[in-house]
Amino acid sequence: MRPLEPVSPALRAVLGIGFFVIFVAFWAWMTLGGYVNRVFLADPFSMLRDGWRLLVEDNFALDILITVWRVVGGFVLASVVAVPLGILMGAWKPFEALLEPFVSFARYLPASAFIPLLILWAGVGEIEKLLVIFVGSVFQLILIIAVSVGNTRRDLVEAAYTLGSSNRGIVRRVIVPANAPAIAETLRLVLGWAWTYVIVAELIGASSGIGYMIINSQSRLATGQIIFGIIIIGLIGLISDTAFKALNRWLFPWSLA
Amino acid sequence: MTKLAIDNVSRTFPGTHGGQPVKALQPTNLAVNANDFITILGPSGCGKSTLLRIVAGLDTPSTGRVLLDGREVTRPGPDRGMVFQSYTLFPWLTVADNIAFGLREKGTPEKERRDIVASYVDLVGLKGFENHWPKQLSGGMQQRTAIARALANDPEILLLDEPFGALDNQTRGLMQELLLGIWEKRKKTVLFVTHDIEEAIFMASRVIVMSARPGRIKSNVVVDLPHPRLYTIKTSAEFSALKARLTEEIRVEAMRTAEAH
Repeated sequence: MRPLEPVSPALRAVLGIGFFVIFVAFWAWMTLGGYVNRVFLADPFSMLRDGWRLLVEDNFALDILITVWRVVGGFVLASVVAVPLGILMGAWKPFEALLEPFVSFARYLPASAFIPLLILWAGVGEIEKLLVIFVGSVFQLILIIAVSVGNTRRDLVEAAYTLGSSNRGIVRRVIVPANAPAIAETLRLVLGWAWTYVIVAELIGASSGIGYMIINSQSRLATGQIIFGIIIIGLIGLISDTAFKALNRWLFPWSLA
Repeated sequence: MTKLAIDNVSRTFPGTHGGQPVKALQPTNLAVNANDFITILGPSGCGKSTLLRIVAGLDTPSTGRVLLDGREVTRPGPDRGMVFQSYTLFPWLTVADNIAFGLREKGTPEKERRDIVASYVDLVGLKGFENHWPKQLSGGMQQRTAIARALANDPEILLLDEPFGALDNQTRGLMQELLLGIWEKRKKTVLFVTHDIEEAIFMASRVIVMSARPGRIKSNVVVDLPHPRLYTIKTSAEFSALKARLTEEIRVEAMRTAEAH
């Protein structure tokens, strides 16, 4: 094997799926073989059984929908604030000087630490859940977008000036389109993090959602349900990530050609 | 008639990290007539690009001023079209949309814009590539698009900063003929920066030779070769004589640069 040499798509698929198979086989061997206590770790088959029961008897599909809605809602809210602000900070240095230190500071405040405060302010309803995700992702988004906008190729900006662009024209017709793929890629990345925040938000003061089901199952030692919930999160993540990637490829064919 | 007047223009860059300020360009005077094709020839680091950037309005002179048609240059504008050495096509726009960029900024109506773009696509020989992304083009094709993009704005003067410097030798030769052909047809005032002696003579009606840093104009050589010029002229006796003379002048400067380092 030579370093950096690519693999064929077929081999890539086989290897990628292969590891899932190895992982599940190892799990089945450990649990069904009696090497770990069933109380602490369910085997794959009872996990599927528990999951099926959750979906059929406990209306778990609704919990999944509620969680997805919270992630999407909080994330859209964060994007609506972060994208314009990131572009503003990246393009105009006085705004960057004004806001960058504060955003850098706020970025390190853990979203989960805000939950008690947000519950005091907004109660335990949907607003509080959305705000946790918002707080968790908005500062990250702003900073990454501001940095990528700040790194806009200067020669493209200069070329646009010599073609008659105004300062506003530079932002609208050079800076924004030049950075659109990077911004979309940032959104895809941070959407993954938003999934972490939603579960944390649902572990505290919630009465629905995947995270609520997980914390509920813990008190009943229903590890099969917990693992099923985690796998569902993983699957949704994989699907939304793939969809996001496909959307970016479709929106920005020029950046790949 | 003087189109462009460079009046006592100099440039000193402030020292970085507490270092000494760097004098890039000594006070320089140059008058460019309408429809002149001027090449500025000099060793690397002689300030020729700095001079061009000042004319473009992308850099400000430390002293002096630049006048285009009697008006002082203070910022970049569509009256001075520029072609850069690096590939500066907008990667998110097709060839046609790149050429239309300046017209769109100006607010030219769609129909007129399309006609102008089509005529420049034709002029630089890119028919059939209108809908390609810049990434799909070779270096030569990208620079042809960049020339079309600058010309489509119908600028008063065309500024070129070593536009063919990154191209291979054969492509460079073809690009020189293409640009010269356009100039012979359309008559534009052109300021062309290069460090390639042959290129400087072949293209120019006048070659400005610059000294090593800090740059100043060392000599001003009129090129009397007839038009239309074909590549075969590069082997003629007159061409060789000019080349020998300029080679001598540049060699002295290059050696001074080498000694200073």
